[in-house]
Amino acid sequence: MNTPLLEIEDLCAEVCGKQIIKDFNLTINEGEVHAIMGPNGAGKSTLSYVLCGKPGYAVTSGSVRFKGKDLLAMSVEERAREGVFLIMQYPVEIPGVPTTTFLKHAVNAVRKHQGLPELDTMEFLKMVREEGRLLGIDNEMLKRPINVGFSGGEKKRMETLEMSILKPDFAILDEADSGLDIDALKVVAEGVNRLRDGKRSMLVITHYQRLLNYIVPDFVHVFADGHIVRSGNKDLALELEQNGYAEFVKEK
Amino acid sequence: MAQPDIIDESGDKYKYGFITDIEADTAPAGLNADIIRLISQKKEEPEWLLEWRLKAFEFWQTMSEPHWAKLAYDKIDYQALHYYSAPKQKVAPKSLQEVDKSLLETYDKLGIPLKEQEALAGVVAVDAVFDSVSVATTYRAKLAEKGIIFCSISEAIKNHPDLVKKYLGSVVPYTDNFFACLNSAVFTDGSFVYIPKGVKSPMELSTYFRINAKNTGQFERTLIVAEDDSYVSYLEGCTAPQRDENQLHAAIVEIVVMNNAEVKYSTVQNWYPGDKDGKGGVYNFVTKRAACRGANSKISWTQVETGSAVTWKYPSCVLQGDNSVGEFYSVAITNNRQQADTGTKMIHIGKNTTSKIISKGISAGFSNQTYRGLVKVTPQADNARNYSQCDSLLIGANCGSHTVPYVENRNRNAVLEHEATTSKISDEQLFYCKQRGISEEEAVSLIVNGFCKDVMQHLPMEFAIEAAKLINISLEGSVG
Repeated sequence: MNTPLLEIEDLCAEVCGKQIIKDFNLTINEGEVHAIMGPNGAGKSTLSYVLCGKPGYAVTSGSVRFKGKDLLAMSVEERAREGVFLIMQYPVEIPGVPTTTFLKHAVNAVRKHQGLPELDTMEFLKMVREEGRLLGIDNEMLKRPINVGFSGGEKKRMETLEMSILKPDFAILDEADSGLDIDALKVVAEGVNRLRDGKRSMLVITHYQRLLNYIVPDFVHVFADGHIVRSGNKDLALELEQNGYAEFVKEK
Repeated sequence: MAQPDIIDESGDKYKYGFITDIEADTAPAGLNADIIRLISQKKEEPEWLLEWRLKAFEFWQTMSEPHWAKLAYDKIDYQALHYYSAPKQKVAPKSLQEVDKSLLETYDKLGIPLKEQEALAGVVAVDAVFDSVSVATTYRAKLAEKGIIFCSISEAIKNHPDLVKKYLGSVVPYTDNFFACLNSAVFTDGSFVYIPKGVKSPMELSTYFRINAKNTGQFERTLIVAEDDSYVSYLEGCTAPQRDENQLHAAIVEIVVMNNAEVKYSTVQNWYPGDKDGKGGVYNFVTKRAACRGANSKISWTQVETGSAVTWKYPSCVLQGDNSVGEFYSVAITNNRQQADTGTKMIHIGKNTTSKIISKGISAGFSNQTYRGLVKVTPQADNARNYSQCDSLLIGANCGSHTVPYVENRNRNAVLEHEATTSKISDEQLFYCKQRGISEEEAVSLIVNGFCKDVMQHLPMEFAIEAAKLINISLEGSVG
């Protein structure tokens, strides 16, 4: 057991010449759910973008291995096809592109990479409608241009649907609870929990403990000043909820 | 279904770049009255048409090439061009079996399903134009049952001279402009469509044009007449083989629409655009115009323009009949060194006339694109309405996009609306697509097809799929 899925060593990264990630270390094994908590502006989202390879986020030193492979050497789409998925804080609108069209391209790009036959339209629609139903996404919503005019809750449900159909080995949830009311939060959390199968790993980024009531992590890390300053189990999140991040931020 | 599948894995070479080896019957280079007499004689034309051609030629000599468009190209030497070239075939073929084999192979490469069409019965009739002379026309019998005439214009001149004489040049007179005048003098072939009163065409009519013989100017002429209460949907699609020389194309399309009649005219144009450095490619100077003569008549132009090195084209609607409707839906894509100056003219003359313009321009590489449109409301055109929407999408930092909307309003009751946007494919959109495993090229084509959707949905289904593929091919290598 304890096969490492993601191994981050001494990672340093900068944005616009400013160092945001400093000597970051973290290993996530198969099946584990880790939560990263920290104050606004600590660089939590930067970490997720660095792991996904977003342009403009430059790694200056350190290494990241994913399933034993050099993740940093891969392009954005290669990382995605290998099984790195990011639930984005602000999913972007793409006018005129029906959601089903977008999802079909994504699913088949990943399947092709995995050596699986591409799904035809009928197979695909059947699958996406079934998964959509579990998340309260109806056929009408699937026909709309992806994310265009979606409410905050609809966007997050769509992100969860994308994860459900792409079935990544590793999912990063970047502030998945932002903009959600309690009902929407439950729907998203249930969707995420359905994907916890003992093999798939997750990194849950949040600054509120609330989300962790629904997606219960195996480990909780406090992120400040570009790296992890303290680690613990789910009780650490409750402690943070009471005391805030002040003791970590003032270290600066 | 949502949107046609738009992935295409072809390389960036022009897919249709090949030359068919057929003996051509070519006139000597240059243009003079004798050449025009030769064309007319070869085509066994009546005297009135020869006279008309010669008058046009005389007028043309007094005109000069227009240079108001935002286009830059090498000077065209009109005396260096050949004005007549026809595949040598002594007897007109009676069926596809009699058609020159290499011609059919060419069509196969182009994906024109001439043979399949007989099997597919009744879906589309193709009047295939190969280098000026029609070589195969199918489904004529079926159309004839309804009284519809669909043939080459040469045949129409022979078999229906009164109709041709009545309408030829009635929408685009030879005095109209330099290129239209040249076409009137030297046009070699094209299509003729006549829909009698009360008849709805049972199928979409389709013509494929293809430029072939070296240095042959293409001067197609199409005439469509829709009588009262009739309907027809006409498809025009084009490809050209790859060449280094620039090829001149100056076509005319004239459409006459009578009371309560409707014509839909759809074009997919993918002539050779030249190479990455702007070498070669077709010069496309086209005059397309429809006259809505009858009350409650309607014309709808839909075009997808991806080809040609230089495009000069403004499909127009003259709304003469009361309550007549003109529509223009356009997607123009330019890449590398392509230049396009295209748009439409909506001329409101009748009362309660409405027009709609949806133009989507996509510029990539070092290309330059201009939307140029005119909305004109004459004093008698009470309650005229126009809605114009011109959107531009830029890919990369070296291309240009320009919008030149002219409005001439002489009537207080007119309601004219104009909206325009310019946008770029954002890095955030690309990142989002790629994070889901979609490659950059696929992402760009998804976003571009989304951008064009309002226009593409006006194309007939099978045409829309072809057009979506073309959009991908023409944008290959434009990003990253």
